[in-house]
Amino acid sequence: MSIELLGGRVLAPYFGSSIYVWGSIITVFMVALSFGYLIGGHLSMQAPRLRKYGLFFVAAAITAIPTILFGDALMDWVFLRLEDPRYGSLMAGMLLFFIPTAILGMIAPYSVRLLVEETHHSGRVAGGLYFISTLGSALGTLLTSFYFVLWFEINEILVTMVIALVCCFLIALMVDRMVESNG
Amino acid sequence: MSTKNITLRFAIPFAIALLLSANASYSDLVVHREKSLYRNIVVSDKAGQRCLIFSVKRQQRNQTCIDLDDPTRIIFDYVRMTFAGLLVNPEPTRGLMIGIGGGTISSVLTSIYPELTMDLVEVDQAVVKVATEYFGFRKTDQINVHIADGRVFTRRALLRKEKYDLIILDAFTGEYIPEHLMTVEFLENIKSLLTPDGIVVANTFWGSALYHHESVTYSTVFGPVFSLKMPDTGNRVIVATMNELPDSKTLMANAMILKPDFERFGVDLRKYVPNMNRDPDWKTDKRPLTDQYAPANLLKGR
Repeated sequence: MSIELLGGRVLAPYFGSSIYVWGSIITVFMVALSFGYLIGGHLSMQAPRLRKYGLFFVAAAITAIPTILFGDALMDWVFLRLEDPRYGSLMAGMLLFFIPTAILGMIAPYSVRLLVEETHHSGRVAGGLYFISTLGSALGTLLTSFYFVLWFEINEILVTMVIALVCCFLIALMVDRMVESNG
Repeated sequence: MSTKNITLRFAIPFAIALLLSANASYSDLVVHREKSLYRNIVVSDKAGQRCLIFSVKRQQRNQTCIDLDDPTRIIFDYVRMTFAGLLVNPEPTRGLMIGIGGGTISSVLTSIYPELTMDLVEVDQAVVKVATEYFGFRKTDQINVHIADGRVFTRRALLRKEKYDLIILDAFTGEYIPEHLMTVEFLENIKSLLTPDGIVVANTFWGSALYHHESVTYSTVFGPVFSLKMPDTGNRVIVATMNELPDSKTLMANAMILKPDFERFGVDLRKYVPNMNRDPDWKTDKRPLTDQYAPANLLKGR
């Protein structure tokens, strides 16, 4: 959600802050997440491991880096080719945010698979996960829009998120090791 | 504290508030109300004046007003102050204006300068419609209206290598200026659209933390700028140019040249000359606003 908010800011210098720019951003994030859920669910069928789970985080981090480094060049490119700011913002939003967001979407169903031990617990586990992830999104939205934009540059916030994702990957890896050595 | 006291403490302000609100609704006649994509637009008549209001619940700020008996009379100080830009360039030929409001500024300018053509950029179609239906705004051979976001329009204008010798920035929402129209990058874009003698006139406010950041942003891009404030208004008009700022003598000479033309609109530009301030009265160590750092509307609350 935090990235979604910043996405609006990233696109504004090229496509304005009109209502369709927000429409584009929300569409891109929703479509990306939905495909992420689908693919994440499929991947969870093939020998789910915590180590593989960590890879989602690092993959999201890596695919977000070009957004930070080449965002302007990319939006320039789209701006020159698409007159209409509606499709311009949709296209730029797709190119910048689709892949990292889709990968982040894969995390949710994979988490369910890792946490569920018995079928009759699955509802509770999924509920707990939705609780954590949606509440986390709310907190991210609030902090970003109220405070982070006042304290940091947009790219500083994005880089921090990339670092946080890499940390999640390292934690997953460590826990995986511990579980392995214990078992 | 006695019960009676408490009752009084609450009842009196309440009664006063009730009275005031009844009074306000009695004298304001809402002529038109419209929900556009971006905001609520209200046109209301009061005491012989018609005003365009972008409604934000707590804060009903008049965008523009006209005198119903004499529509050519200019009511607002900031509109008159905007014309002070002409003291720096008294002969504009090609104008760009971002944010049209009721259309007063462009109508006055094109009637004074028959050779002047203007591109007016407005993001909200409904504002153009209301300006036309309720404020007597007319498109003419001299005026082109573009429905577009100011940032998008200027970026495209740059690609087309357009040049303007008068650029007026007057894009206001119910709150203030949109954040992406206040950054160094946006002003660099505007600067690239200027002819060598061209000027930028920006309508802004003073009185919050944003004032310092906004002023620093303009001087980062343009170097020294004129900052015009008048007593009794919260408006501040910035006049920027790529040339050296002219001295007061030149400004006064231009005010004399323009006097006959502006007389019929009740504007005397001479009175602005002494207030065209060229020395910063803001904190120059503040950080300029950029696309990366633009919490402008948050700073405004401070």
